[in-house]
Amino acid sequence: MQNDRRKGGMRGSPDAALLLLADSRLPAGGHAHSGGAEEAVRLGTITGPEDLARFLRGRLATAGLVSAALAAAACELASAGHDEQAAAHDEQTGGRDGQSDDPAGRWRQLDAEADARTASPAQREASRVQGRLLIRSARRIWPSPVLDLLAKAVPNGVHHPIALGAAAASAGCDPYQSALAAAYNAVTGPATAAVRLLGLDPVTVHRLLADLAPALNDAAHAACASLIDDVVMEPGAADPFGPYGTANGDAKGSTRGPGWPALPGHAAPALDLLAEGHHSNTMKLFVS
Amino acid sequence: MGANHDDHHDAADPHGRALRLGIGGPVGSGKTALVAALCRSLGPSMRLGVVTNDIYTTEDAEFLRRAGVLDPERILAVQTGCCPHTAIRDDIAANIDAVETLEERFGPLDLVIVESGGDNLTATFSRGLADRQIFVLDVSGGDKVPRKGGPGVTTADLLVINKTDLAPLVGADLTVMSRDAAAVREGRPVLFTSIREDRSAHSVAEWVTSLVGSWHHQNDHTHDHSAPTNA
Repeated sequence: MQNDRRKGGMRGSPDAALLLLADSRLPAGGHAHSGGAEEAVRLGTITGPEDLARFLRGRLATAGLVSAALAAAACELASAGHDEQAAAHDEQTGGRDGQSDDPAGRWRQLDAEADARTASPAQREASRVQGRLLIRSARRIWPSPVLDLLAKAVPNGVHHPIALGAAAASAGCDPYQSALAAAYNAVTGPATAAVRLLGLDPVTVHRLLADLAPALNDAAHAACASLIDDVVMEPGAADPFGPYGTANGDAKGSTRGPGWPALPGHAAPALDLLAEGHHSNTMKLFVS
Repeated sequence: MGANHDDHHDAADPHGRALRLGIGGPVGSGKTALVAALCRSLGPSMRLGVVTNDIYTTEDAEFLRRAGVLDPERILAVQTGCCPHTAIRDDIAANIDAVETLEERFGPLDLVIVESGGDNLTATFSRGLADRQIFVLDVSGGDKVPRKGGPGVTTADLLVINKTDLAPLVGADLTVMSRDAAAVREGRPVLFTSIREDRSAHSVAEWVTSLVGSWHHQNDHTHDHSAPTNA
């Protein structure tokens, strides 16, 4: 799996595109989110570099991995090739004739997979807001029919990892790179927030991030490994993923669906609680 | 894919949308008081929206809502994660989102005011967020402040020097401030106010009214193809 970077890449120079996409200077609203770090600081859970390192490792192993897998899946979907024609088709027909294999519906289905993996309403909201802002910026930075389609398919804001994967595909990145960007975002945002909130030595904190680099690679590989091949579901056949299977649950006829239900779903109850606590705190600096 | 795709995002078409006015300046200079004053003066004749960028969540938004100068739903608060200048200059995404949300909900609007969180003399609004900007100082910081310049003081479309009622108490010489401001601003306008005494900030309101008028005029002519060309 080390070399399985999956297909992708709509444009050249994907490595440079990845740097732009992962850069905290990307103007997409990420600077105002702490990923639970602000509430953890308020509660005294994070007081210094040691606590922060543990927090980041935990976040990467749970929310970070899930985000990476969703981003990889989104990138794969965006890079699937037929979406461009399908989006153009939808553009002409309004997407109502069913001839295009419903690309908007597929995006909504993947978005529902993200919802199913995000227990906290506050986290869902934060994720959708960041997704909406990222799509808005990405449509101007890396314009593509897929991003236009996604903006229309989920107008109030698609979940952030899905926006990231679609933006990455439009920038020319592959699913592995998308997963890496998502994993990287999952730890750098909270790390920067902790620097601001606690006045930590920024070099010390960057050392923590450097120490996490192998774990970021591992998370991205694990995310891609979770992208299994498409699953064909015959009408009436038992859903291979059980009662909590595909999010659209449509049993009319043979459904060809990606294996998204098998994507990682690691829960992080502590992060859920931090998100909810943060949401109800009236004296906060960060959005989440 | 999309190499020749047009940049057809929804945000930056200036035609037919409200004028976006940024109001920046140091903490405590009177930005929120000015926004309240403008709502008081302009509210009866204009369709307004306000976006605040608070340090702590919704302090300024709540102040404005309590002041009763504008329908509370037309005031949105944006959080800036300890970096108020980032949200108005380097990463304006959340503010653009708020402005567009107001326009979608209540539009068409004539004017959307974006008030920055209190910041330093270098803080200015991105042109991607604000069409015009006002920088607010107050006399109690000392009469040397305009001379020190900084992009906010030197480049804002209007410099407002507030709390003139305090000048005698803090030993600030308004003549010095006026002279220094004129010197660093190359003729751009400066207005002195005491919003505590003039709760409608009429001089600033007049300036904004004229701005909004010319904004509409300009855009009407740009887009109204049926307008007589010999008029």
